[in-house]
Amino acid sequence: MTDTQLAHTNGSTTLDRNGSTADHIAPPGVRWNYAAAPETVKVTIEPRYGHYINGDWTKPNSTFTTENPATQKPLSEISNASAAQVDTAVKAARAALGPWSKLPAKERAKYIFRIARRIQERSRELAILETMDSGKPIKESRDVDIPLVAQHFFYHAGWADKLAYAFPGATPSPIGVCGQIIPWNFPLLMAAWKLAPALACGNTCVLKPAETTPLTALRLAEICHEVGLPKGVVNIITGDGRTGAAMASHPGFDKLAFTGSTEVGKKIALAAASRGTKLTLELGGKSPHIIFDDASIDQAVEGIIQGIYFNQGEVCCAGSRLFVQENILDQVVAKLKIRLASLRVGDPMDKNTDVGAVNSKAQLDQINRYIALGQSEGAQIHDVNPSTLPSSGYWCRPCFFTGVQPSHTIAREEIFGPVLSILSFRTPEEAISRANNTPYGLAAGIWTDKGSKIFEIARKLKAGVVWCNTYNKFDPSSPFGGFKESGFGREGGVQGLRAYVNLH
Amino acid sequence: MAAERAASFTNRSIKNTAKLEGYKLALSMLDLTTLEGKDSSEKARSLARKALCPDPTNPSLPTVAAVCVYPAMVSAVKAELARASSTHKIKIASVATGFPSGQFPLDVKLADVRDAIEAGADEIDMVINRGSFLSGDHASVADEIRAVKEVCVSASHPVALKVILETGELETLDNVRIASDLSIRAMAEVDDQDHAATRRRHAAGYFDFIKTSTGKVTPAATMPVTLVMLEAIRDWYLDTGRFVGMKPAGGIRTAKQSLHYLVMVNETLGHLTGDGACPWLTPELFRFGASTLTNDILRQIRWLQTGKYQSAHDFSEA
Repeated sequence: MTDTQLAHTNGSTTLDRNGSTADHIAPPGVRWNYAAAPETVKVTIEPRYGHYINGDWTKPNSTFTTENPATQKPLSEISNASAAQVDTAVKAARAALGPWSKLPAKERAKYIFRIARRIQERSRELAILETMDSGKPIKESRDVDIPLVAQHFFYHAGWADKLAYAFPGATPSPIGVCGQIIPWNFPLLMAAWKLAPALACGNTCVLKPAETTPLTALRLAEICHEVGLPKGVVNIITGDGRTGAAMASHPGFDKLAFTGSTEVGKKIALAAASRGTKLTLELGGKSPHIIFDDASIDQAVEGIIQGIYFNQGEVCCAGSRLFVQENILDQVVAKLKIRLASLRVGDPMDKNTDVGAVNSKAQLDQINRYIALGQSEGAQIHDVNPSTLPSSGYWCRPCFFTGVQPSHTIAREEIFGPVLSILSFRTPEEAISRANNTPYGLAAGIWTDKGSKIFEIARKLKAGVVWCNTYNKFDPSSPFGGFKESGFGREGGVQGLRAYVNLH
Repeated sequence: MAAERAASFTNRSIKNTAKLEGYKLALSMLDLTTLEGKDSSEKARSLARKALCPDPTNPSLPTVAAVCVYPAMVSAVKAELARASSTHKIKIASVATGFPSGQFPLDVKLADVRDAIEAGADEIDMVINRGSFLSGDHASVADEIRAVKEVCVSASHPVALKVILETGELETLDNVRIASDLSIRAMAEVDDQDHAATRRRHAAGYFDFIKTSTGKVTPAATMPVTLVMLEAIRDWYLDTGRFVGMKPAGGIRTAKQSLHYLVMVNETLGHLTGDGACPWLTPELFRFGASTLTNDILRQIRWLQTGKYQSAHDFSEA
């Protein structure tokens, strides 16, 4: 136990809590409400978008609507790529592969650096667009998503002419044409995670953003065009699951990369396995977040909040299963309630919003189904956030469950929303066995002020990323990826490059 | 994480009405301070006038909370405040106990406190014995706080106590938390000796504080340190239902910084009572120890009200 905590726990024993109420007088409190602080810059959105194939825009066809999940207002009409259009894109990427992969590495790097700089220059526009299309708060798209997007391109641009040194004893060469399918929770960031290493390693790409969040990927196509990226090197096609299926079954890809649900990931793995296409998958998670009694409790509560309510909990590595050591459970729950009540839920375009809109009706339905299931299976819900939710749009007030048992559905399945399941444990062994008792293995978190315990526990957790005394920290130089049904292959760092090269 | 959380408060976007309310609140929470070797009675009177009417062109603004001086300047401030035509609630705070080092025998420190109170101080800003604290002798630190607090409660008029931790010398956040907890407890133990008197003091708006710094050591107040102290105050409230005030001092020079601190108070202590009204967003429970901050707040208020930025020389020195 740390000194800080000793001092605190002893604090309540010095004085009798019920000794006297005589001196518990407070001055009349002041209510200080923040005035609305909306992001006011307007961005232009075309009424209709085609696909970006071979350096050119196709005519919009068989379109569907992408809407703003915070208002349910339509934003634009997006084209649904047919199997034939997928084929056209793959052919364009194939034709571009030779010249692009033979380009001197420092020339490839120049293009990627240019993309990174252009993203920085257009960061405000991209952040606004991201928030409109995805529902995430502008605070996060502005301070987290878009800066990380630029960082990913900068980082990988730096690798392009140093690849020969990345794999000692082996010579890397490009894999070829990459098909990349990405999710809606971090639309542009996932595009960056996929495109930046692929381009740095000399591959060409066909990328499909998620059906509900195509706008920033289409802007990225504009940026590729602006910086003069040779045609066909990056092709961006939009569409729903049918387009994704057409990509998965197209024989022209040398590699497929998918980030999304485990369910879809399994189908893609089947399709790829039947042809021997190289594959990396980054799928779901139900990541354990473990708080020991010797942690700094206030810091840990911050970590819990970061871990589960960041991006409305729509994060594959969200710390959605919280394990708290039994003797501090009440204290952690009490502090979590206070902190949860301070979150500002509402208009994602307001700069003071902490939790925005859920990305789609389908996702909200899924979250609500799990919330109902949690209650019917006997867990206690704590819905203490006082925010008033807007009348239109898809909203879920952040909440948590206590009294959750490992066999409860909300402790086993990925909810992908701002819903936390709190379980307790008594000993470190129990914490480890409960934490590893999941088909997933994407991330984990540990909170303790004792360094030796961190190393001991981290070693025993079966997860691709283990955060110690922090959570949801991302960096392009740090590999990210899962164990078990959370997928395979790594993104970021030198390990992430491995997924985009053949070694000789 | 404390630093990260503290930084998150600086990202809040405080606009329009919220901004004006915040500036007025910050102004009302100021402990207008001068703590120089070269201080004179004239300087003390000047400070008292500034406290009474921060901006003569805008008499609707609140007065500051207190004037903070050395014991030798207390009587001059008291005389000047007594000359004021209107009734006001401006308090006289005096540093004491061998400020700023605290390296004096206990009887000298207590005499220092008695002198300040007899001269008319309403609030005593004492320093803890950092030497004892860092050596691990927490008990003697608490003993000294109790001794000073006993002098305060035995005064013929109500006197509040502020305990300066001098967090710049404590260095770690763990130390800050321990010092906060022990200070709060030591003060409360003396309060417990006479609940009726404590109740009368609180009803009159005299609450005890913990305070970051003397202003003579760098770093002075920082947001992570203040956050940890606010958490100690919050936990004390959750454990006992009692209210302790917070005073960051030193290094807060701009109006914008003062809003960052108010956001921190609002979001750390604003959701405890359920109705969203925060008892700590009042001069009774939150103060800024500052001097240059005053005119920057006045300048920003005038900008909000007229749309024009005025020069620093358009506002009177204290």
